[in-house]
Amino acid sequence: MSIFEYNGSALVAMVGKNCFAIASDRRLGVQLQTIATDFRRIYKIHDKLYIGLSGLATDAQTLYQRLVFRHKLYQLREERDMKPETFASLVSALLYEKRFGPYFCQPVIAGLGDDNKPFICTMDSIGAKELAKDFVVAGTASESLYGACESMYKPDMEPEELFETISQALLASVDRDCLSGWGGHVLLVTPTEVQEKALKGRMD
Amino acid sequence: MAKALADVPPKGGFSFDLCRRNDMLVKKGIQLPGFRKTGTTIVGLIFEDGVILGADTRATEGPIVADKNCEKIHYMAPNIYCCGAGTAADTEAVTDMVSSQLQLHRYATGRESRVVTTLTLLKSHLFSYQGYVSAALVLGGVDVTGPHLHTVYPHGSTDTLPFATMGSGSLAAMAVFESKYKEGLSREEGIQLVSEAICSGIFNDLGSGSNVDVCVITKGKTDYLRNHQLPNPRTYVSSRGYSFAKGHTEVLSTKIIPLKAKPEVAVVDAMEE
Repeated sequence: MSIFEYNGSALVAMVGKNCFAIASDRRLGVQLQTIATDFRRIYKIHDKLYIGLSGLATDAQTLYQRLVFRHKLYQLREERDMKPETFASLVSALLYEKRFGPYFCQPVIAGLGDDNKPFICTMDSIGAKELAKDFVVAGTASESLYGACESMYKPDMEPEELFETISQALLASVDRDCLSGWGGHVLLVTPTEVQEKALKGRMD
Repeated sequence: MAKALADVPPKGGFSFDLCRRNDMLVKKGIQLPGFRKTGTTIVGLIFEDGVILGADTRATEGPIVADKNCEKIHYMAPNIYCCGAGTAADTEAVTDMVSSQLQLHRYATGRESRVVTTLTLLKSHLFSYQGYVSAALVLGGVDVTGPHLHTVYPHGSTDTLPFATMGSGSLAAMAVFESKYKEGLSREEGIQLVSEAICSGIFNDLGSGSNVDVCVITKGKTDYLRNHQLPNPRTYVSSRGYSFAKGHTEVLSTKIIPLKAKPEVAVVDAMEE
């Protein structure tokens, strides 16, 4: 068994027109046994920056705590929030530091930059950045997410359409993955507001 | 407090904190994850007035294409670039690190960086990690001593060559170079040959794919031709795509958080007061 399959997860982020959405499933499991059905793996860094951490949940939470700590130090020193690009470099550096004994986490980062330009990015567990213009995926359902997103994604979607697209892609994908599911969390971020929605999904 | 300071390392270096735990997991029969690789074709050649580097743009994770259009020609200095193959995180980290060392060296000396300096920095880092930092590189650049092309292996050995290939597609690309390379190629002939070698990797090696990136370095000028050729466009674009009606997805709960606009800071020109 791969260590990524211990808890199970599905993560996806998509870019729309001046907005982005990041979504995850809600299951926390220990192999095939489900432990929680309202688990959160998308964390807020600041109003316009979110990180989803797939993989081993214990490492995800440790990594999140270290990231919050480093972001708060940055806020104290610089008196401003981090840009998404800067934050991605921070995550990459923290992961690469553990090159030979990694955290078993694959992050997905999504944020709005200074001029409300959306930024999404994913990494492997040792911090190799992959910047994408359209969508990024991670977790045990990543293969089916690639397929769903590749066919459902369209460029320059408005927030409402982006929400429907990312939700359908997520729900379709987790139905083909035993280790993730139980509905989803979706965060839809526009320059003026953040919409946080819980999706209904299959419970098997 | 001491713990807090320990969490922010004052300088670089790897941390081996989790190695014992991870080894324990391996002993319990758990598989460690694979890393993102650039199963790659990268090439370089020397032509009449400089160096041309080339790369494909596919990144893989096992059999999955993780990125269809990634950048494998890394910036080292304005006159030096470097193609990377191997584990993506390693090639990225090692080239970034050496490129910042070169920038500092330029600030200290006020002179253009040399290719040999870059080569030495790269190989001494890779040698000290005994091949565990798995970066295979093609380094090219033009400095005060003329054009240079080198290959660097993960263990730290290096070659100096008139034409070079690396990565999983190196054999396919070298076949093209061996049959067509000659000394004193013109700029156009050089770009053409490099593109042909990369395409040979793209079409004959499964680890390489998508587009051709080219970088032409001549004395005092560098042209980074990102996506110089696009031999593999999407063939499955549907004209309408999927469209979902608004409210199609079943939503259990919605929370809307309005974002405050950033307070405008009035910029007062000090001279006007």
